[in-house]
Amino acid sequence: MQSHILSIILFTPLAGALLLLFIPKQNKDLIRWVANLASLLGLLVSVPLVPWFWAQRYDPGFKFIEGGSNNWIPSIGAGFHLGIDGISFLLIMLTTLLGWISILSSWTAIETRVKEYYIWFLVLQTGMLGVFMALDFFLFFVFWEAMLVPMYLLIGIWGGPRKLYAAIKFFLYTLFGSVFMLLGILFLYFNHHTLTGIYTFDLLALYQTAPKIEFHYAVWLFFAFFLGFAIKVPMFPFHTWLPDAHVEAPTAGSVILAGVLLKMGTYGFVRFSLPFFPSVVMDSRVRSWMIGLSLVGIIYGALVSLMQKDMKRLVAYSSVSHLGFCTLGIFALNPAGISGSVLQQINHGISTGALFLIVGILYERRHSREISEYGGISNVMPVYATITMIMFLSSMGLPLLNGFVGEFTILQGAFMENKMWAAWAVSGVILAAAYLLWLYQRVFFGPVTNPKNEKLHDLTGREMLTFAPLLIAAFWIGLYPKPFFQILEQPVNALVQTVRPGYPGAGAPVNAGVLPPPAAAEAAVVPTPAAKGTN
Amino acid sequence: MTPSLHLWLIPILPLVGAAINGLMGRRCSRHAVSGVAVAFSGAAFAMALWVASQISSLSLPHLELLSPWIRAGNFQADFAFFLDQLSLLMLLVVSGVGFLIHLYSIGYMWDDAGFSRFMSYLNLFMFFMLTLVLAGNYLLMFIGWEGVGLSSYLLIGFWFTKDSAASAGKKAFIVNRIGDFGFLIALFLLIKHFNTLNFAQLFEQIRPLQPEVAGAGLLTAIGLLLMVGAAGKSAQIPLYVWLPDAMEGPTPVSALIHAATMVTAGVYMVARSHLIFDRAPSALTVVAIIGTLTALFAATIGIAQTDIKKVLAYSTISQLGYMFMACGVAAYSAGVFHLMTHAFFKGLLFLAAGSVIHAVGGEQDMRRMGGLRKYIPWTFWTMTVATFAIAGFPPLAGFFSKDEILWKAYSSPHGSWVFWLIGVVTAFITSFYMFRLWFLTFFGEYRGAQPSSKAKLATEPAAHDSHAPDPHAHDNHGHGHGTPHESPMIMVLPLAILAVLSFVGGWVAIGGRFERFLAPVFDSGLTASVAESAAETGGSTETLLMGISIAAAVSGLFLAWFLYHRQPALPARIAASLGGVYTAVYNKYYVDDLYNTVFVKPLLKGSTTVLWHGVDQAAIDGTVNVAADSARHVSDSVRHMQSGNLRSYAGWVAAGAAAVIAYIIWAGVR
Repeated sequence: MQSHILSIILFTPLAGALLLLFIPKQNKDLIRWVANLASLLGLLVSVPLVPWFWAQRYDPGFKFIEGGSNNWIPSIGAGFHLGIDGISFLLIMLTTLLGWISILSSWTAIETRVKEYYIWFLVLQTGMLGVFMALDFFLFFVFWEAMLVPMYLLIGIWGGPRKLYAAIKFFLYTLFGSVFMLLGILFLYFNHHTLTGIYTFDLLALYQTAPKIEFHYAVWLFFAFFLGFAIKVPMFPFHTWLPDAHVEAPTAGSVILAGVLLKMGTYGFVRFSLPFFPSVVMDSRVRSWMIGLSLVGIIYGALVSLMQKDMKRLVAYSSVSHLGFCTLGIFALNPAGISGSVLQQINHGISTGALFLIVGILYERRHSREISEYGGISNVMPVYATITMIMFLSSMGLPLLNGFVGEFTILQGAFMENKMWAAWAVSGVILAAAYLLWLYQRVFFGPVTNPKNEKLHDLTGREMLTFAPLLIAAFWIGLYPKPFFQILEQPVNALVQTVRPGYPGAGAPVNAGVLPPPAAAEAAVVPTPAAKGTN
Repeated sequence: MTPSLHLWLIPILPLVGAAINGLMGRRCSRHAVSGVAVAFSGAAFAMALWVASQISSLSLPHLELLSPWIRAGNFQADFAFFLDQLSLLMLLVVSGVGFLIHLYSIGYMWDDAGFSRFMSYLNLFMFFMLTLVLAGNYLLMFIGWEGVGLSSYLLIGFWFTKDSAASAGKKAFIVNRIGDFGFLIALFLLIKHFNTLNFAQLFEQIRPLQPEVAGAGLLTAIGLLLMVGAAGKSAQIPLYVWLPDAMEGPTPVSALIHAATMVTAGVYMVARSHLIFDRAPSALTVVAIIGTLTALFAATIGIAQTDIKKVLAYSTISQLGYMFMACGVAAYSAGVFHLMTHAFFKGLLFLAAGSVIHAVGGEQDMRRMGGLRKYIPWTFWTMTVATFAIAGFPPLAGFFSKDEILWKAYSSPHGSWVFWLIGVVTAFITSFYMFRLWFLTFFGEYRGAQPSSKAKLATEPAAHDSHAPDPHAHDNHGHGHGTPHESPMIMVLPLAILAVLSFVGGWVAIGGRFERFLAPVFDSGLTASVAESAAETGGSTETLLMGISIAAAVSGLFLAWFLYHRQPALPARIAASLGGVYTAVYNKYYVDDLYNTVFVKPLLKGSTTVLWHGVDQAAIDGTVNVAADSARHVSDSVRHMQSGNLRSYAGWVAAGAAAVIAYIIWAGVR
């Protein structure tokens, strides 16, 4: 069971999609039941992974390995090779959870072409899981591209009035990035052959040879991958597909898009860019650019978010700001920064996922996302207003909720590298309070001025069920994030050791004495030789 | 091994109350809701008293660890609690005053539709405030710090259907966040250089350090950044602007959060960090200057306000300024002493003002009050005690604490006669505006709700009348405007208790007992201590200065009596003759307008026109669309190849083949 758990998690949604093919499309309720059960099953089969992974959280290397190199298409050296570490483990759990929630949230929202909708959604789910599990670059690319199509269709068919523009923009932007990434992958592939005489796409093999590429080639390669990932994140200035895609996408599509899809970009940086090109990411010019774009994203996203008139567009721009924190943490290149970044990716999935659900609930009742259409909603939907307040607070990083833990850790990591990075990023925290509280005031406070809002009914049981796991997760991470940091400790330390060999790791003395000069702190290294595990 | 006191229970108890009322309060009777709210806040107070009784058997500071919390890299912060004389004192003040205000709120909010929500928020506030006070590290303190900000936001905007209330709550939160910027950066500096935020380990590392001379060093930077945070929370220049607006909240909230407890968190934080400030004399001077200026500045605004709560709000800002003045001259125990007496008399002033507002049916404009002493004697007498206390009349509490601050401002090695002088002038103004309030409210004829009273409204010119009655929400209980009436027993009782405390609360310092109690906390670990140099200055100066400050208080009373009781027509004439100066003061020196013009509006406008429309839509999307369009044009022309015409396909295939052959030949030739 343990040896095939990843395949089971990966293919359960796909199996559900196949099952749906055999149900007549008129039978909408049956389709809904089957799709929901399939996604629930998809969540349930991932649950055993939790205790199993926990038991080996400190073990080096990838775990739950399945398949191996070159066993899929041996002629080109592609393998069906799966495996996870703490980083991908957390993202997989987020994906199975959000997948279930978004399918549950679609019950009444989707009335047309129901069967296709759920089929594509389940296919998308498999595609996303595959991206986080693949240990083979060919396999990774297949999943990466495969999940583009269902998302394109979700926006293009079930989207809003400008759905075609948004869908094509999303598709072309992402495809543009992936083309460069593909070139990068091929370069690594041929480079591996040059060095070893073996053609393989296997990640663990490429980990060995990619860092040996000379700097002036590696820079180009880094930026080829960067284009693929930065568009996905999205980093400023590649973000303009995101607001359009979000505004037009159906609610569940937005939840998955923000919750999981964007994380593929940040995941790509962590899984590929950093260990492949350590000399490039440590190059001060490249690093300044990465940090600079992150900081611009944080502040720019927040400022533009402040002025939006459409709720969904506002949340979309806030994502640009939040993801800026994630990339800032990654390029801080120290344990606090990277583990904070991964945790913040999870947090963003929880809180922004919830924010899109929140907007979707009003949209389903009123078919408008214009902020000016609302006001005084607290009077008519008190439970909804309370849940919204909690999720807003989580999103703006209030202590005891999840967002604070992630942001604080990232900022602390950034501060260790450069005080100004943290200082600029903190101003994003101030602005987050401004745009969210202003939104809350305009939608929820004041008297009910619009007569259409007078009779809105509060949350149904199903809707509350979609929020319950997100609320629990938000409080859990806020109050007791320790297990999450433990899960991230091994892979993050290994990553930092790869990029910056000899960085004072988690083993450094906690109380090193009075005001150690920086040089002394650097010297007090307890090197933890934790290079990436080879297969 | 000292016994465990289970300190974590003290904050958790009100949290339980908040949860019960928040989840079930809507379905329960008001009696049940008030029972829960009072029981859990009372239990926290009882436990605080019990802890105080155990103090002799403890070795202070006493530390308790509940559970680990954040751990990242090699830095760790826990849910840990820290009890010493300072946190014990804060604990007693917060839970004690908080408990009394819970009682009062039952009466005050009884008829409000959101009664259970209010009680739940109030309990929630107690949870965060007690966490802040008992925290064993800066990060846990920061939880409380943000949490009280959240409760404050929720309670200011309690009547959320009213737009001004909702805006005031938002403003408070955002301005506080600007302060938190400094606090957070200070924490990162501490982590970077000391690798811990735990008070015990941190102060152990700081104690052996020497003071930083003249200017910028690490501790100076940390001190200044902490002061930025304190200025936000404790409403000091330049971040004070949220507090007057916060008066939109129900009056018990103003008393509890915006007078007695939360706004003093900044003072507590500076006092808690005194080892850092002791070693950063320049930061200390900045604290003193900010405090002194704020004290004077806010007091002058207080003179011209006509809303009874706004007067008290500016008075709070001013009094907090005194506390920072004390901290800034390294007289932390004087600052904390004033914090305590201020909690008594300012809490009382707000509660009594609430009782006045309650009595006159929701009116807050003092020009429509007057003569109320006959109608509401309990409120009148308790408020009289508080007024004399804040004005600094001996032997009331405010006299002792304010005099202590003024003396230290003069005599401390960090002090200066300038601080003292401004302090005395402020004391005079304080006395004046407080007795102005007292005379306008309680003396003369009742000017409210009677047609004949219109003429009296001209007592002071109003630039605009901000108090049009609001049908939705106000401190309004639906009582008919008729004869003003006394508040119920449950509101009067807290008034009476606080009046007693405002009277005798200062006596704890007689003979230096208060300072000695806190001395172990405020031991700077440096050689030249404040106490020694104070002793050198000698007793006769002290007596002289004390006489001057009493004279300032008395002359303030006299002037207010003359202008607002004896010659009530005179203030309007004076105001008119002052012209622009008066208008500027009445409009709070236009600081809010300045901030709006300089910061808020350009930010909003720039975000819309430059960033959103300019960069996002025009520049980036423009480029993207142009690229896509030109791609489409290219493919449009290429599309003609796919005409569906078989012969044309054949032609293209032939052309393609010819091209391939040509290439092969060319390659072969080469």
